[in-house]
Amino acid sequence: MSALNSNNWDRRTVLRAAMGLAATGGLAACGGNTGRSEGGASGKSLTQYFHAYGEAGTQEAIKRYAKDFDGANVATQWITGTNFESKLFSALLTKNAPDVFEFHPQLQLIRSGQVADLSDLVNPVKDDFNPADIKSHTIDGKIWGVRMIDDPQFFYYRKSMLEKAGVEVPQTLDELVEAAAKLTTDKVKGLFIGNDMVQTQYPLVWSSGADQLTADNQIAYHTDAVAETLSKYRTMFKAGHLLTGAPADSWDPSALIQGLCAIQWSGMWAMPALQKALGDDLGIFPYPVAADGAKPSVFNGGWSMFVNAKGKNVDLAKEYVKWLWIDQKEHQEDWALSYGFHVPPRTSIAESADKLKSGLPAEGVKFFNEYGRFENPSWTQAMITAFEELIADVVRKGVEPEKALDTADAKVNRELKKLFG
Amino acid sequence: MSTTTTRDATRPAPAKVSKTKPRRGVRGTTFNFWLFTGPFLIGLLIFVYIPILWSAWLSFYEARYTVTPDKFVGFDNYEYMLTNGDFVRSLGTFSVFAAIVVPVTWALSLGLALMVHRLRFMKAFFRSVFFLPTAVSFVAASLIWKMSIFSGVRFGLMNTVLDWVGIENVAWLADPNPPWYWLVILTLRLWLQSGFYMILFLAALQNIPPSLYEAAAIDGAKPGWQTFWYITLPQLRATSTAVILLLLVAAYQAFDEFFNLLPKTTWGRPPLVELYYTALGDSQDYGAGSAGAMILTVLICTVTLLQGRFMGLGRGDENK
Repeated sequence: MSALNSNNWDRRTVLRAAMGLAATGGLAACGGNTGRSEGGASGKSLTQYFHAYGEAGTQEAIKRYAKDFDGANVATQWITGTNFESKLFSALLTKNAPDVFEFHPQLQLIRSGQVADLSDLVNPVKDDFNPADIKSHTIDGKIWGVRMIDDPQFFYYRKSMLEKAGVEVPQTLDELVEAAAKLTTDKVKGLFIGNDMVQTQYPLVWSSGADQLTADNQIAYHTDAVAETLSKYRTMFKAGHLLTGAPADSWDPSALIQGLCAIQWSGMWAMPALQKALGDDLGIFPYPVAADGAKPSVFNGGWSMFVNAKGKNVDLAKEYVKWLWIDQKEHQEDWALSYGFHVPPRTSIAESADKLKSGLPAEGVKFFNEYGRFENPSWTQAMITAFEELIADVVRKGVEPEKALDTADAKVNRELKKLFG
Repeated sequence: MSTTTTRDATRPAPAKVSKTKPRRGVRGTTFNFWLFTGPFLIGLLIFVYIPILWSAWLSFYEARYTVTPDKFVGFDNYEYMLTNGDFVRSLGTFSVFAAIVVPVTWALSLGLALMVHRLRFMKAFFRSVFFLPTAVSFVAASLIWKMSIFSGVRFGLMNTVLDWVGIENVAWLADPNPPWYWLVILTLRLWLQSGFYMILFLAALQNIPPSLYEAAAIDGAKPGWQTFWYITLPQLRATSTAVILLLLVAAYQAFDEFFNLLPKTTWGRPPLVELYYTALGDSQDYGAGSAGAMILTVLICTVTLLQGRFMGLGRGDENK
């Protein structure tokens, strides 16, 4: 008998102990993987959530800024895919929720106590922010987020294609419908408003002379003009004048660059890539007038930084947000202008940005100022989804607009009732 | 010769009990049992049973943006899920999906198994070829189907082929009329699943005694359809039952391909996708989502029990 056996250390015992250790280690790993990195010199750590931006260099940039912060080691979750909202919302319910995250100002975040009041951070520099940004982030007299970028969205078009087809830049929705028909060939579709047709959901309402909600938070989108606009979308879709099934959605400029369409809805962020690929063969126009008495419109989207009110380090997270999005103007300028084009929400940065002062970028800024409208924080994610389903039903499925609007009303009213009673 | 004598004669000698290894007794066995099943049971408890109970509890509460609610609403969430139309419609989508995918996959995998079983050469190669798609994830396959094969633009594979024969581009996934999206979803699932069930049928085919076919041949049965119908198919009954049950369970679990192929639609949403949008999606209504999950659980249990009863699952051979 070996010495091992005499000490009860036979093969089975060793194997059993090893497996026990492995199992314990595995369980420990499950419990211990918080997704956070070890603290830096200060021993403190924060986690921030970002959706994956399309422009090259953005991920590296945001990590570079975070590295410059001395107060904590900031880990970045760069979330790819189209369901950033779902991942963020479900993460916010767990202990591994991000300390800071980017999103849009929405009432349900505040009502459910998910975001911290950032008034004390923003108030001292409030006058240097775009007033509309401040307004859209102010609820119950408090400012809940810090705007990082403003993203005007409008139509891009290939000048040469319009000239060849004898099409003028559309001033009304009817002209856009007509242009889409004339520009469609067996190789090129006239218009691209996104594979799922929901990208223009805000301006289609605004340019129809309506709004998402009234000032006292009642449904305002259910009008005959909106129903008529939806019918025109349906006409273009059934006629085959809309691009569908493109490899990348309309936020990406590749459909216009690859010649899959002549006119495409997208954001100002895509302008550098489009200019690089198409040179001067590129123009922009706002969402055209869709009803008598209405105005053209531009959706001023964008992203804002919020602090998780239920996080473990709320004060430190606020300190980080202040440092990066209030104090570090150099980083803010880099973030807005070095990758895609975005309008900096800080007036002082926007006014000094040479890149936005001439040519097509200047025209984009002009549309932003002239026709731009911001999101209403009371128009929440559930309402957005209800409206997206309305578009899917009317435009793609062929449901009568009035019937689909009634269906959306039921969903939106349920949400309004829960939020406002 | 007495059987008792035989058994006695062949009975193995009692094993020597080693004095140095007392742990090999009942206590050691129990320890090993818990060592190997313990982690699994803990996982089952944490990730299955507690969530089910939690979900049942949530379903009676107003649980928006929270999973620790305090407002009891009784059966309101159940009423909402059963009356708002979306969830009920998702059950209809599932029914269409299951009604097509279960029999077609069953027939295709059986057909593949019969073909591969009869091969005289390269059997292992073809077995591997048909089985390999099983290793591909539904998400990856969905992206390939969506962006390469059934892309709605002119350079999508299917549209290129259609162009060769003079047919215009088809918006495979964008337009629900006609519902070409079913073709995309069903071909994807068939490609991914058929190989796995083919292997099950192959194993079953190899277990059919050749003597049955020999006896049938002597009795005058013609090879081909006749032997397949009267010998092969009845012999595959147990495997077929298991395959159909597994296919139905897999159909209930359908999520990835629908979620990835049909974003922002009101059609083509099976129950799990609908529950995802209700609970984990934009609405964050965990109460309503949990109520839907409970309704679905009851439905699955009922269907499974009925199916088991109908197909004789779990009955002994003597009762068949």
